[in-house]
Amino acid sequence: MDTKQPFEKLVELHGAAVLRVCRAVVGPLDADDVWQETFISALRAYTELPADANIEAWLVTIAHRRSLDSVRAAARRAVPIESVPDRESPLGIPDPPGDGVWNHVARLPDKQRRVIAYRYLADLPFTEIAAIVGGTPAAARRSAADGIKKLRILTSEDLPEGDSHEQH
Amino acid sequence: MNSTDTNNHAPTGTAETVPPDQTASVDGPGPVDLAFPPYLTVIEPGTLERLRGSLAAEASREGLVDVAYRIVDSPVGRLLVAATDRGIVRIAYEREGLDAVLQSLSDKLSPRILEAPARLGSAAREIEEYFSGKRMRFDLPLDLRLSAGFRRTVLAHLGDIPFGRTESYTEVARAVGNPKAVRAVGTACATNPLPVVVPCHRVLRSDGSLGGYIGGLEAKATLLALEAAAA
Repeated sequence: MDTKQPFEKLVELHGAAVLRVCRAVVGPLDADDVWQETFISALRAYTELPADANIEAWLVTIAHRRSLDSVRAAARRAVPIESVPDRESPLGIPDPPGDGVWNHVARLPDKQRRVIAYRYLADLPFTEIAAIVGGTPAAARRSAADGIKKLRILTSEDLPEGDSHEQH
Repeated sequence: MNSTDTNNHAPTGTAETVPPDQTASVDGPGPVDLAFPPYLTVIEPGTLERLRGSLAAEASREGLVDVAYRIVDSPVGRLLVAATDRGIVRIAYEREGLDAVLQSLSDKLSPRILEAPARLGSAAREIEEYFSGKRMRFDLPLDLRLSAGFRRTVLAHLGDIPFGRTESYTEVARAVGNPKAVRAVGTACATNPLPVVVPCHRVLRSDGSLGGYIGGLEAKATLLALEAAAA
């Protein structure tokens, strides 16, 4: 079939996944703007998209580019300082109230955080992810594994007394 | 079947579970999701509606929406009202299948379709006035491109049948100068892309029975009764 779904249907089907990806990649404060820029860019390009394209991968690719723009814009807005404090989020993403876990995700290297978001929030295969972030699918898989490992360590450091693996 | 977990031994009767293998877990979602803060995976109610609303507004401002639509409630059920930059292009009854109607608009006009209620404010208002008996004539720009040839000629004539009046399929055929084309008039009415606003419901069989209607006979009877009461 070389017919295309109405664009509204794409927003309905993929809007939530794209928002989760945006939140994981640029943080909760900028996510709404990146989400909107993503769908505006997608709408602009939609008529040229091949009918058999993987829509979610296409949307995540656009979200990836728009989020890079957003990060660059944030960097331009930022005031340069001599030395960056240790353990600061690489994106300067503020901590939403009552949720320290975001710090862990934000503390991952940019590529690991993106690979994890695209794999686990957008459910893309590593071949698609490699096409989006560059490098090989194997490298993307390694990034995801490293990121997950690091997240586990960061999360367990924050856990209260006792071992989370044991359930009593 | 999606049993890729190599640690998944047959149940042994004990309650003990094997800790998940950390490298294997990278192949699928599963326990990894627990590492994400809840607001990354749980989207609060209303958030997507708000984002979709501002997307439609911004896309309209930038001229990116080829077909804007809105759902209007009416006594004959929910109506989908769609417009291009030229005017109202399609009105559909819910029984036509709103998804199917949107897909057909995507195929015939453009896939750049968004629900953009603000673009259809005056159409929604006139339709509501019509159903409350306060409006006898629609004053809306129409885009008739979904209808062509003889069918379009028929639709043009339907607009001349006054509110509260009816004609037979035979009379319409005569009026458009093709008295033998009674069946074709029936087809033109049945495929009217703009029911309610282009009043194909005012066309009946010669014996006064309802004939057919894209919105169902009950809807046709409702419209005729409404017009008879208000006229």
